[in-house]
Amino acid sequence: MLAGANGAGKTSLLRAIAGLLRADAGTVAFLGADAQARDPDEARSNDLHFVGHHDGLKTQRKAGEEFAFWADWLGGAAGNRADAIETYDLKPLLDLDVRVLSAGQRRRLALSRLKAAPRSLWLLDEPLAPLDTRWRAAMGVQMAHHLQGGGLILAAAHDPLPVPHRMVEVGA
Amino acid sequence: MSKTAALFRRELALAWGRGGGPLNALAFYAGAAILLPLAGGAEPSRLAAVSTGAAFAALALASLLSLERMFERDYDDGALDLLALGGPPLEVAAAIKALAQWLANGAPLALLSPVIAVSLGAPLALAPLIVLTALLAGLAMTFLGGAGAALALGAKRGGVLVAVIVLPLYAPPIIFGAGAVSALAQGLPWQPPLAFLAAYALGAAALTPFAMAAACRNAIG
Repeated sequence: MLAGANGAGKTSLLRAIAGLLRADAGTVAFLGADAQARDPDEARSNDLHFVGHHDGLKTQRKAGEEFAFWADWLGGAAGNRADAIETYDLKPLLDLDVRVLSAGQRRRLALSRLKAAPRSLWLLDEPLAPLDTRWRAAMGVQMAHHLQGGGLILAAAHDPLPVPHRMVEVGA
Repeated sequence: MSKTAALFRRELALAWGRGGGPLNALAFYAGAAILLPLAGGAEPSRLAAVSTGAAFAALALASLLSLERMFERDYDDGALDLLALGGPPLEVAAAIKALAQWLANGAPLALLSPVIAVSLGAPLALAPLIVLTALLAGLAMTFLGGAGAALALGAKRGGVLVAVIVLPLYAPPIIFGAGAVSALAQGLPWQPPLAFLAAYALGAAALTPFAMAAACRNAIG
């Protein structure tokens, strides 16, 4: 978990790791299971999820259309999609315009990508902020499950995450 | 569905609704194309003389209308980040976006252009060539405009900036498009200007996706 004051650079660090921001100094390297450095572009496009404040959802489209598009774009298999809809309880939302979703519902729709197209590294920027107590707990279960499966999570947050984690202070 | 097909479908739906959709652009096109020649005098012979020229000049202006938002919405809501992050290269995504924009906006404008030219007095026999040249000119304008829109990302009032960047590049399609049509009207060989126009359009479609992708990456990071 990345902690730090507002403006300390948590989001910038996540974006630099995702390759969306050029770092002024330092490098980002992805090591494969054999501890060999991987091609960063290939590693990013196949094994990384980035869920931030800007969720890429178009307000004028239906939640179901946006879910299907991003699942297509990320290469999600049909079984995983059904799982994602089930896990994040999206069924009642799919026919609604993204515009009318609450912040928490919208975040669930964005987070459902994690399940629709499984990737090993999750970069999450304040993933729990808009979620209610029930969904924070549910997200904790998802995160624990991901970690047990050998996955990795790097999350920027202000509140402690609902899974055992190591805290890194950014900008300290 | 394949990734590129999914993106194309989404972009088509978004382009269809962008800036009021093609109806807005069509209405603007009709208005501008009628006003331009009227400024030069309302006698039918004068109108007929400038009819195709006016149709092409107005086509350039109308195709600018919704270009500004081609990348802007995706940039604002983070979709551009996700498109850049994985899947097909950003160059491919940019080309798909421009192609969808052309189909949703440029093609309807091209279909309207012979109606406008003929209503101003151009002979009916020119209509097929007008559609063809307007389609090609629209293709060039959409791809060039997309590069301008990507360059203007993050700028306030980007629409004016897009116009300033791309209007000079719109000169060749207008010259060759209107040139081919007037050559046919005068019984001169019309194939050479058409070939130039096609080359320009295909060149723009082949090269500008690289510029769009580079400008998008620059805007993101």
